[in-house]
Amino acid sequence: MVEKNSSKTLLSANQLTCIREERILFDELSFEITAGEIVQIEGPNGSGKTSLLRILAGLSRPYAGDVHYQGMNIIRARDEFNDDLLYLGHLAGVKSELTAEENLNFNLRISGYDKFDTRDILAKVNLAGFEEALAGHLSAGQHRRTALARLWHTNCKIWLLDEPFTAIDKKGVEELEHLFLAHAKRGGCVVLTTHQDMGIIGDDILRKICLEYRFV
Amino acid sequence: MKKGISFRQAFFTLLKRDLQIAIRHKGDIFNPLLFFILVVTLFPLGIGPEPQVLSRVAPGVIWVAALLASMLSLERLFKADYTDGSLEQMLLSPQPLPLMVLAKVLAHWILTGVPLILVAPLLAVLLHLEDNSYGALIATLALGTPVLSLLGAIGVALTVGLHKGGVLLSLLILPLYIPVLIFATTAIDAAGMNLPYSGHLAIIGAMLVGSLVLAPFAIGASLRVSTN
Repeated sequence: MVEKNSSKTLLSANQLTCIREERILFDELSFEITAGEIVQIEGPNGSGKTSLLRILAGLSRPYAGDVHYQGMNIIRARDEFNDDLLYLGHLAGVKSELTAEENLNFNLRISGYDKFDTRDILAKVNLAGFEEALAGHLSAGQHRRTALARLWHTNCKIWLLDEPFTAIDKKGVEELEHLFLAHAKRGGCVVLTTHQDMGIIGDDILRKICLEYRFV
Repeated sequence: MKKGISFRQAFFTLLKRDLQIAIRHKGDIFNPLLFFILVVTLFPLGIGPEPQVLSRVAPGVIWVAALLASMLSLERLFKADYTDGSLEQMLLSPQPLPLMVLAKVLAHWILTGVPLILVAPLLAVLLHLEDNSYGALIATLALGTPVLSLLGAIGVALTVGLHKGGVLLSLLILPLYIPVLIFATTAIDAAGMNLPYSGHLAIIGAMLVGSLVLAPFAIGASLRVSTN
């Protein structure tokens, strides 16, 4: 691979149309996300933010249009794409019957990582001392942090995060913002939806994609 | 941060997690087993204690109860993963989906199929099963229950996104279960009459191999449709 410059397009959406419950959420939406970008998808409730994120991740199929990862259709190049993708939906994917440590251990191993120190990573998300606690007994914020812990041990370039700040305290949000900036600097990209204002990632760095609520 | 997990390790990681969750959630193991035991023990009370009648219906009763017990437990196979988001993560993980799915079905079979196989000979005593049928009973259950889990998982994968998928699920998978039921019970009957039953076993074995190879792909594709 020769092209390693920072303006490399990681993800591109072509003419995406999404229809849910006989309502057009967005149509012919096209954009490109290049390495080093932090993109916020904005819009009121029901405008299709989560649907767009799920389409970008390859979980849902759009009514029309397609998504390309480095020039390849994500449906056809699913293995390469999944290898480079970290998606966190608004459901955390944390098992309440397992402890925080077991959850993280499973999530990382299934993502393909072999050698890691779960206690060290959990300490980074302020869960030191809760390693042995069942995730079902943790608070909503701690539950969320268990899922977010994966962000501290990953080499995936594309991060798609649906409401990552839900139930996270102010300090935690700051830490996440620093992490996003560092990730963007390393040549990754972050696509997220949130209704919160971000303090550290200013409007000069943040790119916004606005979706509108439509009545059709 | 190198990615160095082999397919085998990924398979066993998922298998271990599912077993661990089930052990902490013991009802998942005992409910289908209890159902199986209850149905089989109620039968002699219902149709009377004559040994001839009981030994005539024993293979059918045991197999129908096993089939329904396996179907009852199926719904949970992907439901919890679907509601807490782990299913999405599994679909997006870099590991091959059919392999992951196979690990989940294997875990389900270990938790529901194996206990049935272990308890069935004891319950067969209650039903006066012919003495020479015991080998056939265990063999057909050992070969047949994995087929039930694999075929059933396709139906579960298709209905996991629906709120009340239970009725649809039984309509979808019962027709697929019937061949297994027919060959298994005729094998046990044949064994009871001292006739060879290896042909029946071979057909159930063929169903097992066929579903083992093809079902994981069908389950994976169904899951992708259901989460759409």
